[in-house]
Amino acid sequence: MLTIDKQKENHYLLIHVSGEADASSSIKLDNAIRDAMDEGVPQILVDCTNLNYISSAGLGVFMSYIEEINQKSISFIIFGLSEKVLKVFGILGLDQLLTIKKDKEEALNSLDAV
Amino acid sequence: MLAVLLWLIVMLIDVLQLLAVRSEIDLGIKPQIPLLIEDLFFVFIVIYYRFRISKVESGNFVDLLWRVFATGLVTTIISLIFRLFYSQIEGTALASNDFLTTVLYDINKALISVFLISTFSVWKRLILYQKSKRLVFFWNIFEAGLMLAILSNLLGATLQESLLFQALFVVLGGMSIVLSANLKWVAYLNFKQKWKSILLILLVIIYIFYFFSYLYIPPEESMAYLEDINSLFLIVLFTFLTFYSIFSLLVILFNLPTSSVFEQKMEEAINFQRLSQSIQQGENEDEIFDVLLSSSMSAVYADAGWIEINSDDKEQRFIAKHISREKINQVKEQTLSAKSRTVMKNPFSSQKDSERILITLKKSNYRSVFIVPITVKNKVVGFMYLLNEVTDGFNKEMINIINTFASQASVSVENFRLMGEAIENERYKEELNIAKSVQGALLPKVLDHNEHFQIHAFTEAAAEVGGDYYDTFKLSETKFAIVIGDVSGKGTSAAFHMSQMKGIFQSLVQLDLSPKEFLIHANTALSKCLERTSFITLTYYIIDTEKREIEYARAGHCPTLYFDKRKKEADFLQNKGLGLGIMRNNSYQNFIEVNTISFAKDDILVLYTDGISEATNENKDEFGYERMKGLLEKNAHYDPVMIQKVFISKLYEFCEHKDLDDDYTIVVIKFK
Repeated sequence: MLTIDKQKENHYLLIHVSGEADASSSIKLDNAIRDAMDEGVPQILVDCTNLNYISSAGLGVFMSYIEEINQKSISFIIFGLSEKVLKVFGILGLDQLLTIKKDKEEALNSLDAV
Repeated sequence: MLAVLLWLIVMLIDVLQLLAVRSEIDLGIKPQIPLLIEDLFFVFIVIYYRFRISKVESGNFVDLLWRVFATGLVTTIISLIFRLFYSQIEGTALASNDFLTTVLYDINKALISVFLISTFSVWKRLILYQKSKRLVFFWNIFEAGLMLAILSNLLGATLQESLLFQALFVVLGGMSIVLSANLKWVAYLNFKQKWKSILLILLVIIYIFYFFSYLYIPPEESMAYLEDINSLFLIVLFTFLTFYSIFSLLVILFNLPTSSVFEQKMEEAINFQRLSQSIQQGENEDEIFDVLLSSSMSAVYADAGWIEINSDDKEQRFIAKHISREKINQVKEQTLSAKSRTVMKNPFSSQKDSERILITLKKSNYRSVFIVPITVKNKVVGFMYLLNEVTDGFNKEMINIINTFASQASVSVENFRLMGEAIENERYKEELNIAKSVQGALLPKVLDHNEHFQIHAFTEAAAEVGGDYYDTFKLSETKFAIVIGDVSGKGTSAAFHMSQMKGIFQSLVQLDLSPKEFLIHANTALSKCLERTSFITLTYYIIDTEKREIEYARAGHCPTLYFDKRKKEADFLQNKGLGLGIMRNNSYQNFIEVNTISFAKDDILVLYTDGISEATNENKDEFGYERMKGLLEKNAHYDPVMIQKVFISKLYEFCEHKDLDDDYTIVVIKFK
C-alpha cells in the first residue's frame, strides 16, 4: 500500500509518500509527480519519511523525471529516506542524479540557497 | 425355438387327445393324461411369455397393448376362419367328423390360451410398473394360486359341484379385483397414447368376450366333455383379464381431461433438464437463452416473448419469438408508461433492477406482460419479457416456474462463462510455459571458464518468466567476460527486456571492449528500447587468468561480494555506478567507474541479484548484506556448487513461510 498526500506550501509543493512503493502502487507516485510537473510547480519536495520500501518500479518513477527536472530547472528534492531505502537509491546510482537531503530542514535550506 | 417346441407339444396333445377319444371307445385310457399334458402346455406358455415380455423395454405401454391386440387379432381371425369353414361344409359328412372337429377345436383353444396367457403377462407388467415390495409379494401369491389352478383340473372337480373349487375361484377373483387397482402406468401416457390405449383395450375386451363365448358356450359341433368351464385356470384368467381391462379402460377414460396438465408438468421437468444440460452439448449463451425463452413461454402459455441481453462492449442482443422488433419497441414503451404494475421483490437481492414486474396493458393486443430479470454472478445482464393476450395471464404457479427457469438459466450461463474463462486461462498458462522454456534457453547452460577458476550459477523466477540475467563469454584462452544483470520490474515485461539485454551483451562482447566502453554502449542501445520508467542494472567483469586480475564496472547493480582468502574476510566491492537506461544521453559515461582487483588462490566472487539481498521474511526483515558476508566467510572452504546451495537453502530458511516475490540469481566463482 502506498499513500500519497499533497500539500501546497507558499513557494513549493510538498508530496508525502508513505507505505510501500511496489510495482502496482508506484503508479500513484507517478501520477502525483506527473500532475505537479504539468502544473508547472517550480519547487517540489518529496517527503519519504514514512516510505518503508521501494521496488525497482518505484525507483523507475523517480528516474523517469530526472531529464525533465534538469531541462525545466525544477528544484526537486527528496528527503527523509530511511537507511534501507537510501541504500537502494545509492546502489542504483540515483543519488548522483537526484537531490537527496536528510530531513525537511535541510531540504528547505537547500531550496533557499538556490 | 421355444415357440416351435411348444407348438409341437400342442400338436402332440391334439393327437393324444384324439387317441384318447378313440381309446376311450376302444381302450378306456384315463382322462387325466391329456389333461396333464394340457396343463404342461399352459405352464410352458406361461414360462415362455414371462421370459419374453420381461425383455420388452419398460415404459412403452402402447406397444405392449398393441402386442396383445395383434395376438388377439390373429387368434380371432383363425377362429373365424374355422367357423367360416364349418358353415361352408355344413351338411357334408366331413362336418360330422369327430376327428376334424377335435383338431380344429384344440387348435383354437390353444391359440386362445396363448392369447390369454400373453395378455396376462402384459397385464402383469403393467400392474408391476413402479412396484412396491408389498405389491410384488401380493402378485406372487396370486401367480402361485394361478399355477395351482392349472393343476386343479386333474382333480376332476367341477365348478358347479366342488366347494373348494368355488372357494378358490372366489379368492382368486377377489385378488384380481384388488390387483386391478394398480394402474400407475396410465399416468405416464400422453393424450394421444391414452386414446390409442382406450381403442386397443376396448378391442381386447371384445376379444375376451368373444373367446369366452367360444369356449364356454361351445358351438354345437364340439363335444360335451371338452367344455372348459371346469378349468379353474382359464376361468380365473378370464376373470382377471376382464377386470383389469375394464378397470384400465375406465381409468384412462377418466384421466383423459387431466392428461394435458400432467404432460405440461413433464415438459417443464424436461425443459428444466434441458436448461441445465445445455452447456454439455457445447451450446453458446444465446442457445441457453433460447431454451429459456421457449421453455418459459410454453410453461405459461405465453403468446409472445423476448429476451434482451445487455453486454458492455456490444449492442443489446434480442432473442424474440412470435413478435417483431417493431412490436417489441412498442410494447416496451407501453410497459414504461403502464400504471397497473405489480412489483415482486427478489428475496436474494436488494437491487432495484432485480425485481420482477407484472404489468397489465390497456391499449395493446397483449394485455399482460411479465418481466423477469436475468442475473449472472449477481449482476443483471438482461430481461425476459413474456406476453399474454389475456389480462391476468400469469398466475402464481406460472411465475414460480419462470423464476426457477430463469435462475437455472443463470447458473447455466455462469457455468458456461466460467468454462470459457478456464479454457482461456489454460491457454495463457500454456503460453507462459512456452515463454518460460524460451527464456530458459537464453541463459547459458555451460559457463565459459578455464582451469584457473570454477563457476556455478543458479536462478529462479518469481513468476513463470523473470528479469534476471547472467552470461559468460570467452574473449581468449585467458580472458573471460562475465555479466550479471537485473531488469526493473518483474514478469513478462522484465523478461522481454532481459532478452534485449542478452542480445546487446552477445553483440558488444565480441568487440572486446573495456568494461566502461561496454556499459556506455549498452546504455546507448538500451536507451532506445526501454520504456521511460524501466532500467537495467548490470555488473560487467573481465577475468584475466594470466594477469590474475578482475576488471569490473558496475551499472547500478548490487555490489559484488568478494572473499579474500588471505584476510579470511568477505566484503562488498564498492564503487560508483549508474543503472542502464537512467541517463539516456552522453553524460552517462561520467557516472561509470572501472576498478581492478587481483585475485589469489581460493578467493571467491559471489554475483547475485537483489532478489537475494533484499528478500524479506514475515517480519519484514531483509536477508541483507551482513548475513551474506557471514555466510560466505563461514562456507568459503566449499566449492561453488556447495556455496550456492548453502546460500539458497539459508535464504529459504530465512523466508520460511513467505514466498519469494522477486527473481533471484546467484553466480559463484572460485579461483584456483
